[in-house]
Amino acid sequence: MKLKTVFLLHKPQHMMMDWQGQKLAEQLMQIMLFSFAAVGFLTGYVLGSFQMMILIYAGGVVLTTLVTVPNWPFFNRHPLKWLDPSEAEKHPKPQRQQAASSKKKSSKK
Amino acid sequence: MHSFGYRANALLTFGLTILALMCAMASISDNLNHPSPTAQVQVLNINWFQKQPNGNDEASMTLNISADLQSLFTWNTKQVFVFLAAEYETTKNSWNQISLWDGIIPSKEHAKFWIHTSNKYRFIDQGTNLRGKEFNLTLHWHVMPKTGKMFANKLIMSGYRLPEEYR
Repeated sequence: MKLKTVFLLHKPQHMMMDWQGQKLAEQLMQIMLFSFAAVGFLTGYVLGSFQMMILIYAGGVVLTTLVTVPNWPFFNRHPLKWLDPSEAEKHPKPQRQQAASSKKKSSKK
Repeated sequence: MHSFGYRANALLTFGLTILALMCAMASISDNLNHPSPTAQVQVLNINWFQKQPNGNDEASMTLNISADLQSLFTWNTKQVFVFLAAEYETTKNSWNQISLWDGIIPSKEHAKFWIHTSNKYRFIDQGTNLRGKEFNLTLHWHVMPKTGKMFANKLIMSGYRLPEEYR
C-alpha cells in the first residue's frame, strides 16, 4: 500500500517533460506538420495527384506523432534543479524579510 | 504540452487544421484551370413522334453524341456529371428543359467519348407544343471535386426542328 502511493506520487514527475522540452516539442510539431503539408501540396499539384498529397501528409503526421508525442530523452536535457532541503536551511527566509524591512526604514527616512 | 495526452491533442487539432487548409487550397487551385470542352450532337433520326392519350406530345429520336471533356479534369476532380437537355420556348413557359441523356464520367481517360443512342429519358412535352418546334440541344456538366467548390457550366449546340406531323 505504501509502495503504491510512493509510485503514484513519483509517476507524474517521470512522465513530465521539462519546460524547454515542451517548447521544443510544440515548435517541432508545428514546423514538421507545416513542412509536410507544403511539400505534399506542391508534389500533389505538380504530379496532378490528390492521393499523393494525402499520402505525403499522412506520412508526415505519423512521423511527427512518433517524434513529438512520446516523452523522448532529448526533450529532457534541461531538468529543473530544485534546491536541496539542506540548502534551504543554510539560507533561511528571514534574511530577505530583514532586507525588505531595512528598505522600508530607509524609505521612511 | 507537458503530458502525452496534451501533446497528442495538440498534434491532432493542428494536423486537422492544416489538412483543412490544404483542402481549401486544392479547391482554390481549381480556379487556375480554364477548361475548353468541345461537344457535338447530331439528331440522326426521329424514330417516332406522337400524341399520348393524355394529350402530351412525345418524341423518340436517335442521337449521336461526341464530346471531349478532358480539360474539365484537374487533380481535384472526382467525377463529372454530364447531361444533354432539349431546351425550347413555348407560349406558356419561356424555358422548357428536358433531359434526354446523362452520364457520369469517372476519370479523365473516359472524358473523350462518342456514343450512339436513342434518348435515355422520354422526350415528353407537357402539352401539344412539339410539332414543328425548334429546340436547342444543350450539354450541361457539373464538375464534382474531391474537396471544395463544385463547378457547373453548359455548352449550347446547334438546334433541331421537329417535324410538323406526328409519325
